Amino acid sequence: MFETLTLAAIPAEDEALRAPLRALIAETIAAMPADRRARSWQGFDAGFSRALGAAGFLGLTMPVDYGGAGRGAFARFVVVEELLAAGAPVAAHWIADRQSAPLILRFGTEAQRRRYIPAICRGEALFCIGMSEPGSGSDLASVRTRADRVDGGWRLNGQKIWTTGALHCDYMIALVRTSGTSADRHAGLSQVIVDLRAPGVTTRPITDLTGDAHFAEVFFDDVLLDDDALIGTEGGGWAQVTAELAFERSGPERIYSSVVLLDAWTRHLLRERPTDVAALEALGGLSARLAVLREMSLAVTARLADGESPVVEASLVKDLGTRFEQDVPVIVGEDLAAHPDAPVGGELLRTLLYTTQAAPSYSLRGGTREILRGIIARGLGLR
Amino acid sequence: MQELIEPFARLLEDLCPPSVVRAIEAGGDWRPLWQGIVDSGYLDALVPEEAGGAGLALNEAAPLVGLLGRHVVPLPVGDTMVARALLARAGTAWSDEPIALATGASFAATPPVAAQMLVGTPDEPRLVGAEALADPAERAPLRPLAAVLRAQQIAGAGARVLEMSVAYANDRVQFGKPIGRQQALQQQLAVLAEQAVAARLAAAIGVRGGLPPAPRDAAIAKHGASLAAAEIAGIAHAIHGAIGISEEYDLQLLTRSLHAWRLADGGAGYWAAELGRERAATPAAALDWLLAPAEV
Repeated sequence: MFETLTLAAIPAEDEALRAPLRALIAETIAAMPADRRARSWQGFDAGFSRALGAAGFLGLTMPVDYGGAGRGAFARFVVVEELLAAGAPVAAHWIADRQSAPLILRFGTEAQRRRYIPAICRGEALFCIGMSEPGSGSDLASVRTRADRVDGGWRLNGQKIWTTGALHCDYMIALVRTSGTSADRHAGLSQVIVDLRAPGVTTRPITDLTGDAHFAEVFFDDVLLDDDALIGTEGGGWAQVTAELAFERSGPERIYSSVVLLDAWTRHLLRERPTDVAALEALGGLSARLAVLREMSLAVTARLADGESPVVEASLVKDLGTRFEQDVPVIVGEDLAAHPDAPVGGELLRTLLYTTQAAPSYSLRGGTREILRGIIARGLGLR
Repeated sequence: MQELIEPFARLLEDLCPPSVVRAIEAGGDWRPLWQGIVDSGYLDALVPEEAGGAGLALNEAAPLVGLLGRHVVPLPVGDTMVARALLARAGTAWSDEPIALATGASFAATPPVAAQMLVGTPDEPRLVGAEALADPAERAPLRPLAAVLRAQQIAGAGARVLEMSVAYANDRVQFGKPIGRQQALQQQLAVLAEQAVAARLAAAIGVRGGLPPAPRDAAIAKHGASLAAAEIAGIAHAIHGAIGISEEYDLQLLTRSLHAWRLADGGAGYWAAELGRERAATPAAALDWLLAPAEV
């Protein structure tokens, strides 16, 4: 089972992206302490995202005709891996580059492609995803936000919540009901692009347990949308969202969320206790797990590069990857706590605390652990 | 490579059904099985063509070792394959007897079948009698090679255990429906699938660099396969219930071997410590360590 997942090599021309990208990243993160870099995809820096766009590191898989690099999934893997491993602040362009642009390319009209994709590739159009609602989490088909037909467009009413980046973004691609009721489940759902500066849109920050406010609740009160706000087919929203989630779940971001902490601890360990056998065993074990997960993520990337939509395989890697990401702060914390008389630097301590607090979200965002395992079970031929 | 792998799968199905595994474990005659494998020519899969072998690279021959795991072949077939390859390179002759890599304690319930042991280094291998336990300095250099074989066996057995567990869950009815429809079991089977894939890719890392494997690749492979083996065996038994722990049901042949192989030739902790020492020797960020080529 899953025999199509095999070791895959990154083409040399994609490996070559690392050096120029590292130079750009180094300028940005030079003065950033580890506890800020640990935020990585919660770290918002619109200037850095525009610089990445200008240097050609965004829209890597988008056609040249739409302002993209016209490259493949491996080029994107390399760039994402470098950004995350360094803890670069990528939140501004993250969602637009990862899933909004591919979604618009695949399902959008020519006019929508021309309007949004080149701007995304320049790092100038920032997107968020409107999926969750107060009464609609894992049971996404139960969304109640409605877009009703009016002359020349749609009228939008309802509420989204837990929307990452909504405070800073230009646009939201929202999953909304365009016909029927939530009893109709997957039927009657559509995706619309909402300009978050339009009249009737209200965005309020939500502070999380780390003290950050990266997500928000967004209210729609008689928001008028043009006809061309609809992406893809009316009523086809569920299939489109499923395809979009495959992009979201398949990247290397599902193995690197705790790597800034891992590196900070490694430096501490090799400086303070370089011959501590128990600690070295912990370091070696985490390193080995990361090496296997990276190959699994590359194997999924190879499926993407072949034009497949590896939904089940991506779920499998995400579930295993987030387990690793969540184990890192536990193992690092236990190691440091095993030496209560040894001082821990403030930067390492803050990085540990942040990663410990952020870790529960790893297996929530982009599909909970239990939902992913349900997808895998179906892929195995159960139920 | 498929043209070499399919016939080997059929050969093992014919020669090594569970009844033969049980008989050999109980002290029965292993010679007929061994002779069948000798006659098949597969023991020379890794021997260079100029020395009369098939000249496969280690990663090309790895699926054969996986099949040995899948069929729980209770003879050192994979060990003999790599031993012959090393001996051929060194210009040393060998006989048709089984050869085991001598790298330390066995964790199998019954003593391993081997007429001879291979000791020394990949470049300078030596055959010694099975009774002579070489000193540790003569065993350690071959341990990475033995570890990648065990990882392949774990991957092969793990894939089989996953198939058996899914089939059983779809077949066994309780509370009026197949137990595979229960979410609690579905979640466990999903984890089992993850671990089976992880074991297979970990094992593939071990053989990607050829013969002999780089110690780092071997460590990653055996660490990953050993961790997965314990989870795979545990979940499979949870799915199968009481029938799974009965002697007559074949699952136990696989799960007992999974545990033996995960402990043989260095367990997860042993290889984790090796990797930790390597990381301490050349401090680097995790990604730079991942990108650096492994040294043989």
